[in-house]
Amino acid sequence: MQGLREYLQSYHSCPDIEIVEWEKQEGIVDVPPRDLPEILTYCLAMRPRPIWLTHVVNDERQLGRGFCLYLVLHFPGMDFSLTLGAKGINDEFPSLAKIFPALNWSEREAQDLFGLHAVGHPDPRSLVLHPGWPKGFHPLRKDYKTGEEGKNFKRAPLVFPEMHGDGIFQVPVGPIHAGIIEPGHFRFYAIGEPVLHLEAQLFYTHKGIEKLVEGRSIEEGLRIIERVCGVCALSHGLAYCEAVEKLANVKVSRSALLWRTILAELERVYNHIGDIGNMCAGVGFAIGNANGSQSKEKLQRLNLKFFGHRFLRGMVVPGGVKSILNSKDCQTLLSQLLEIAKDFEEWIPLLLHHDGFRQRAVTTGVLKSESAVDMGVTGPAARASGIANDWRELHAHLLYPELNLQSMVEQEGDCWSRLVVRVKEARESFRFLQTLLEEGMTESEGKSDTSNPFSSRKLRPWQPAWGCVESPRGTDVVWLMVDEEAKIYRCRIRSASYANWPAVPLTVPGNIVPDFPLINKSFELCYSCCDR
Amino acid sequence: MNLLLRKLKMGRLTEKGGNSLTNQKPSKLPSSFRQSLQARHLDCGSCNGCDWELTALGNSFYDHQHLGIDFVASPRHADLLMCTGPGSTQLLMAAHETYEAMPRPKWVVAVGDCAIDGGVFRGAYACEEGIGKVLTVDVEIPGCPPKPEDIIKALLEFMGKR
Repeated sequence: MQGLREYLQSYHSCPDIEIVEWEKQEGIVDVPPRDLPEILTYCLAMRPRPIWLTHVVNDERQLGRGFCLYLVLHFPGMDFSLTLGAKGINDEFPSLAKIFPALNWSEREAQDLFGLHAVGHPDPRSLVLHPGWPKGFHPLRKDYKTGEEGKNFKRAPLVFPEMHGDGIFQVPVGPIHAGIIEPGHFRFYAIGEPVLHLEAQLFYTHKGIEKLVEGRSIEEGLRIIERVCGVCALSHGLAYCEAVEKLANVKVSRSALLWRTILAELERVYNHIGDIGNMCAGVGFAIGNANGSQSKEKLQRLNLKFFGHRFLRGMVVPGGVKSILNSKDCQTLLSQLLEIAKDFEEWIPLLLHHDGFRQRAVTTGVLKSESAVDMGVTGPAARASGIANDWRELHAHLLYPELNLQSMVEQEGDCWSRLVVRVKEARESFRFLQTLLEEGMTESEGKSDTSNPFSSRKLRPWQPAWGCVESPRGTDVVWLMVDEEAKIYRCRIRSASYANWPAVPLTVPGNIVPDFPLINKSFELCYSCCDR
Repeated sequence: MNLLLRKLKMGRLTEKGGNSLTNQKPSKLPSSFRQSLQARHLDCGSCNGCDWELTALGNSFYDHQHLGIDFVASPRHADLLMCTGPGSTQLLMAAHETYEAMPRPKWVVAVGDCAIDGGVFRGAYACEEGIGKVLTVDVEIPGCPPKPEDIIKALLEFMGKR
């Protein structure tokens, strides 16, 4: 990363750029807002190309810094993360979405929630706040106190692009769908069967969680963060705890790392297997769905039996884990997992060799590799498009470096590839769980993780910190800043679904409308952690 | 062939109970609704935990259909509106329209802590403190999220079964 550092130091020999922190794996650099586009262009030209972790706008006017913008990039290969901080923004900042389309939504969100203007944004429509809120409602500004605006919300018609021509018609779907699904409005512009264009209007489940956690203690915050998303509860909680631990400068014990890795993999298997089953539901392939949902249920019952919650909530705490299993429980858990893994191997060929299913899934919903890179797509969706960006491989954390993990990559980018990536990753996870639980068994029972190094630590106030975890859907990033009393000042949740949703509409044109459920389920994105 | 063997081997996994349940307890439901209920799920800003537990009711362990409970695609066919989430502001109009689209008699179930009183989301700027603030709730199923068996139990109790 020497090259990058020299570039920043010699940037127009500009005294405004200040290297705040530059360590082996992380750097924080303050840059003037106007120079962000040029610096980002330079970074994106580096090879391997950096990925984005998060983009945060923060109201730091009380600290005399104006509005601040933080962009966290990660340079794969070097395992180096750079936070570009632009301070002193008054009411506008230069839009980076044209240089890096992945930031499109995040900048639109900043316009909505902070009332700032992203200058030069290619699509400045509002995103998070639907039309109908009172004018001047920018809830993430610090001078806004939660009040009565919700009562004054009057639903106004949503604005969609018009499309004209012979035989073009619109199919509006949602926000409430047939089935047990979260709400979102989709508008298909179709000509005959094939879709020409898809507009997705999300944020129906927007609750204002990022505002809600402000001013809360770290523990209260964790309780809420774990409920940002039901099925990635552990990943969100873990990312949050990692950020807290960075602020407290705490090193987590090996035993806690071991159990965190086990929990993360347990979350991955139950999600991946459930998602495989759900893809079958997307095409009405009943036996695949029955098998998937059955295995998922068995795994969730193990979660409940051994960790007390079907979605593994409450297990990760700042500084460690809530409890660990004794060796006998490890043994039982492992043997039951292996049984499920054996069962998985028995039913998965039914899907992989089923002609009808293959015909639906192959070449359906192709996400091109270039689009995936531009849109900053993460998780199985990116890996199915040939991008080896598994955070567990890119970044040395938890016990992943010891597991010799490799990103499972497929090249085609279609629904089938996304299915195959999940199948391979689920197999790998079972293998990791075996290794990890065997280590868990050899740990003596007395050495349980009671001494939590976190409890008495002071958190560094006004410092940015982030935590990132590869959830079953991709990287979940939690960015955190606390005040002097260790209360949350700003918490930004950039979930995998948030990163991937903008790419979904790109994959639909050219497919027929009835393929959309399959395409949607092949991404298996969550609405809640996108909308927050 | 493999598929057939698999199907035969799988057989029926549903846990015992099921069809043998009879209506013994009193229920406020009209008698024609005590044998079977058609439910419509409505996500009002939940974290999707409750939604997944409702989905889990359909797996071969719980198999809600053999208890006479089914999830339908349209509110026009529904007797029961099962709401999850605290009631997010941007969805409330759609929630009202869904409720209005249901034929009478109709009942509302609040599934999960946040549907009951807002749960951890109490005080957020873009949601209500529970779906009861906007619709009249008939049944509450606490839990974060409630386990599938809790949901089944609550529904069976509502129907006067068991």
